[in-house]
Amino acid sequence: MIAYLIRRFWQTFITLLIMSLLVFVGVYHIGNPADILVSAQATPEEYEMFIRNMGLDKPMWEQYVTFLGNLFQGDLGNSFVYNEPAVDLIFRRLPATLELTFAAMGIALVFGLPLGIYAGLKPKSGLTRCIMTGSILGFSLPTFWIGLMMVMVFAVWLGWFPASGRGGLSHLVLPAINLALFKVSLVIRLTRAGVLENMLMDYVRFARAKGLSETRVVVVHVLKNTLIPLVTVLGLELGNLIAFAVVTETIFAWPGMGKLIIDSITVLDRPVILAYLLIVVVMFSLINLVVDILYSVIDPRVRYE
Amino acid sequence: MHDTPITAVPGSATANMPDAAGDSGPVLAVEDLHVNFAIRDAQVPILRGVTLHVGKGEIVGLVGESGSGKSVTGLTAMRLLDRNGSVAGGRVLFRGDDLLQHDQEYMRALRGDRMAMIFQDPLMTLNPVLRIDTQMLEALTTHYPAMPREEARQRCLDALVKVGIPAPEERLETYPHQLSGGMRQRIAIAIAMLNRPDLIIADEPTTALDVTIQAQILYEMQQLCRESSTALLWITHDLSVVAGLADRVYVMYSGKIVESGTVDDVLDKPMHPYTRGLIMSSPGNNEPGKPLFQIPGMAPIPAERPCGCAFRPRCPRADGQCESDPVETSFACAGGGDHTLSCFHPYEYSDKGIVL
Repeated sequence: MIAYLIRRFWQTFITLLIMSLLVFVGVYHIGNPADILVSAQATPEEYEMFIRNMGLDKPMWEQYVTFLGNLFQGDLGNSFVYNEPAVDLIFRRLPATLELTFAAMGIALVFGLPLGIYAGLKPKSGLTRCIMTGSILGFSLPTFWIGLMMVMVFAVWLGWFPASGRGGLSHLVLPAINLALFKVSLVIRLTRAGVLENMLMDYVRFARAKGLSETRVVVVHVLKNTLIPLVTVLGLELGNLIAFAVVTETIFAWPGMGKLIIDSITVLDRPVILAYLLIVVVMFSLINLVVDILYSVIDPRVRYE
Repeated sequence: MHDTPITAVPGSATANMPDAAGDSGPVLAVEDLHVNFAIRDAQVPILRGVTLHVGKGEIVGLVGESGSGKSVTGLTAMRLLDRNGSVAGGRVLFRGDDLLQHDQEYMRALRGDRMAMIFQDPLMTLNPVLRIDTQMLEALTTHYPAMPREEARQRCLDALVKVGIPAPEERLETYPHQLSGGMRQRIAIAIAMLNRPDLIIADEPTTALDVTIQAQILYEMQQLCRESSTALLWITHDLSVVAGLADRVYVMYSGKIVESGTVDDVLDKPMHPYTRGLIMSSPGNNEPGKPLFQIPGMAPIPAERPCGCAFRPRCPRADGQCESDPVETSFACAGGGDHTLSCFHPYEYSDKGIVL
């Protein structure tokens, strides 16, 4: 297990290195941040000074090596815009994003699992047809459109919830539901497929032959097998949500990391972009590790050497 | 023409069978059971009047090719048919009580307690993600919720010892994938025997195992059933299994019992051409170096079954008479008990052997 963990960390490290190089080269070639950040009224001297201060006058490879050197000292650089450490900037936004994504994931599970189980157990009932049609809508309607509709109906017309910003529970409701819609559909479909498949298995028949109640057959025997693929997919989806809840955060003006990265890209705030993506890679790696460990807890056949 | 000169007693074999419950009556009596399967909106008859019985402590074989309906018979008796299957007529008497009249809750209380079932593929019957102890204990606690955990655990250990599992305490803590196929089937058998049921229906439980393990398990099952006077209905396609194990045998073809009787009688003197074909196609009954005997053709798909005797297109003795349904005849056989038969042109035997 320890050898396995070391190997995983080494893989993560290599991924980080390759990704940082790609992003660095990419952002370098998009444009010069000084053109955007330095005011049009500035004198050429001021312009030159900005470039020197930021280290933008050096060749790209030297900039990258400096970046790496600082990185190994735990310094991801200061934001060009805010002139404070990029990491601080990102971590200040992290709680807002986590709050939103975990709320969305919770909604997806609380609604998706029971609906998916029902759809799997009663594949021909009318309610199942409604659930499955609904899940297709959840999949195919664009998040931004639903978000805008929700703002219009529930915030503007009905005035039940605030349209934007972060605050108490009432602020969380609309963006969390908006973000959860796609995931609910995903959970429903995965759960239904798993239940349908597992209900045909011999072990279900044997469990019934033991005289177990249908509840126990479904909740203990079938559900645990159904969770195996679900955990894998939801782990990846969780990382996705945290890193890229951009659309929902923008619509509801949610002060999360998604909004920060979009803003940073428009002004070519390279340290923030780099720091953000590096943090995302680390986060994905950690989530995947947790998923893999969870996987071995649920499925005893999986063991890591 | 081969008319039947045997002293035929027309009517069903159940005519002389006690109907009421009690020690003298059979544990399981299936009477004229009809089961349909919904296949693409059509109701296709799968069982067409199956009648069989298993007495207390008796071991009975149910033999037939794949698709003959033998598993469906077992599943219907347990009321574990899939949703697309439905009973269209007949009775399933368990200790005199017609199970088809009861709801699933009543059945749930019987299943795993008074009647148990073992399935074909031991790699699939145990849940891969649950530990053996979980899967064993639940079979006890679901029927006896008040049983102390220690006692339940001890019952599981005893059951594992009985089916010949070494180091049972360690086995309880393992997951199915850590055990061999034979070991898993033994555990399935141990689970089936946990509550000392009156009846075990075994659906080809040794088919997926290698021959040495198969022989061991057959022997152990026989011993266990004899000791606890548990009735055993053993479903198989393998006549040699039946020969070494069962007291009586039913031969099934395309949803009907075509021949039944004591194992010695039916295997030594098969009268139905299908039974005879089955016995002749067993490799042991063929000379080495020669092509194996096969029954020509294939078993009919239930939806395209011919009228009259379903075996007619494959039968060397069929003629125009076989286009009408053969009536089941029943007569006493040499070793005691009944021999039943549904055929217009059965093989006949004299003291010297077969008389065609």
